[in-house]
Amino acid sequence: MAATSIITDMFQYEFMNNAFAAAGIAAVVSGVVGYFLVMRGQTFAGHALSHIGFAGATGAGLIGLAPLWGLLGFTLAAGIVMGALSERISNRDIAIGIVLSLALGFGLLFLHYYTSFATQATALLFGNVLAVDRQMIATLAALGAITLLALGAIMRPLIFSTLQPELAEAKGVPLRFVSTAFLAIVALAVSECAQIVGVLLVFTLMVGPPAAAQRVTTGLWSGLLLSAVLALAEAWLGLTLAYYTDWPVSFCIAVLSALGYFAALSAPALRGRRSQAGHANPSA
Amino acid sequence: MNVVELERATLRIGTRTVLADASFAIRAGEFIGVLGPNGAGKTTLMRAILGLLPPSNGAIRVFGHEPQRGDRTIGYLPQVRTVLPDLRVRGLDFIGASLHGERWGLPQLGRHDRHMIEETLDSVGARDLARRPLSDMSGGERQRLLLAQALIGSPKLLLLDEPLISLDARHQEVAIGVVRKVCRERGITVLFSAHELNQLLGTLDRVLYLGNGQAVLGTVEQVITAPVLSRLYGTDIQVVRAEGHIFVMSRGLDVEVSDHQHDDDHGHGGHEHHH
Repeated sequence: MAATSIITDMFQYEFMNNAFAAAGIAAVVSGVVGYFLVMRGQTFAGHALSHIGFAGATGAGLIGLAPLWGLLGFTLAAGIVMGALSERISNRDIAIGIVLSLALGFGLLFLHYYTSFATQATALLFGNVLAVDRQMIATLAALGAITLLALGAIMRPLIFSTLQPELAEAKGVPLRFVSTAFLAIVALAVSECAQIVGVLLVFTLMVGPPAAAQRVTTGLWSGLLLSAVLALAEAWLGLTLAYYTDWPVSFCIAVLSALGYFAALSAPALRGRRSQAGHANPSA
Repeated sequence: MNVVELERATLRIGTRTVLADASFAIRAGEFIGVLGPNGAGKTTLMRAILGLLPPSNGAIRVFGHEPQRGDRTIGYLPQVRTVLPDLRVRGLDFIGASLHGERWGLPQLGRHDRHMIEETLDSVGARDLARRPLSDMSGGERQRLLLAQALIGSPKLLLLDEPLISLDARHQEVAIGVVRKVCRERGITVLFSAHELNQLLGTLDRVLYLGNGQAVLGTVEQVITAPVLSRLYGTDIQVVRAEGHIFVMSRGLDVEVSDHQHDDDHGHGGHEHHH
């Protein structure tokens, strides 16, 4: 009884209701899109997109636009350029690292010239989910729907070209188009995710849950589902934890994401022992 | 009918001519061993047959017409296999993703597809791989999975690009045996590229030897001779036959063995290597 009153207590506040809705939408989108990001080994590219988005968000502040649109515009453009420059470039750590540092530098420059915006810098970098309003939720929901629909449209060739690019090419999959479209989808998901945990911590929802899910599942749909559920659980538990401890929400989510991942890392050892016992004749 | 036919075909990658003015014809049901030094164009030739590289001169015909990308009658096992080591995707989903992988939308395996995959896995003795994740499979098991994948959809022509790489001697023999059995039963034409001739001796019908921009197709007796191979390697080659084995030597060194060592040094760079 005490437990239920503690939980209902939290939902007396509209800002908490809004935060739960926004975090829920962003978490599911991040968990699903992130699953493919991890599968393709492009997590660093996702990280870079969020940093480029920071420059976009602060730049948008300079010209009087809402940060979300600057973030969205910059990540989307960067995602498409990365895809068009071919997978080789977007997988190159050094090039990506230099571009993301440059983007952060530009973000700083824009902040420098728009000083009244500086108070929002922390919100951009580390998220500010408790300040989300109804209109933002509607925007997140619409963006989320577009993201998932687009992902659904390219999902089959995306998986094929991720697992076996040489064969996919031979079977007529347009590799360049698929990888570019995917990075554009990642850009949308990054923009959503950054609204909740900030551009510096998008890994917590976009990489932690899918990486954990891939450690413990082998089926495609079960992995996707687990990734989305984990992201959602980590986001909501993080919010609850933050409400009762007064710690920053993004910190709580980051802790849960890391815990989830490290718990999953230790799981294969257990399962390995079990499956070895199950296989009477482990053929070479 | 000729399954693959090259008529004075020239293949170029960028400015490099891989195959110049090559003509040969492969007949239905033949098992062709594709041999030649690294960079001789084995992969390039297969890509051309798949319609990924149009000839800059001459003509290539597959089943009587121009090669078409995505041709369903061709099964393909590429050489450069991008298998992420940590990928925990089970065999069924791995093959399932390739089954209609060129179609848009969500991946879904119907009962018919699932049955087809299991049946094909069965035919190469790999039924249990459907449930196991790729990251837990040995090199030999992955190879069998990829072979099964190439056989799905009843292809009439099978292009196997270095399917023996990363297999030990015993698994190489098993792999050759499986291909031979399945292809003889179904009358599939096979192009099987390899580094070593000897393992294929009992299996292949004819040899397609590539080198120096040229291609020579013929029986082992016709092709594996000092004059022909000296021309293809561009250096003095001796052919030594001993106890049913054939050794291709250059200045006292086995060229196949030195090729292998070279390959290991460079991590199988595929057709972009220059020599």
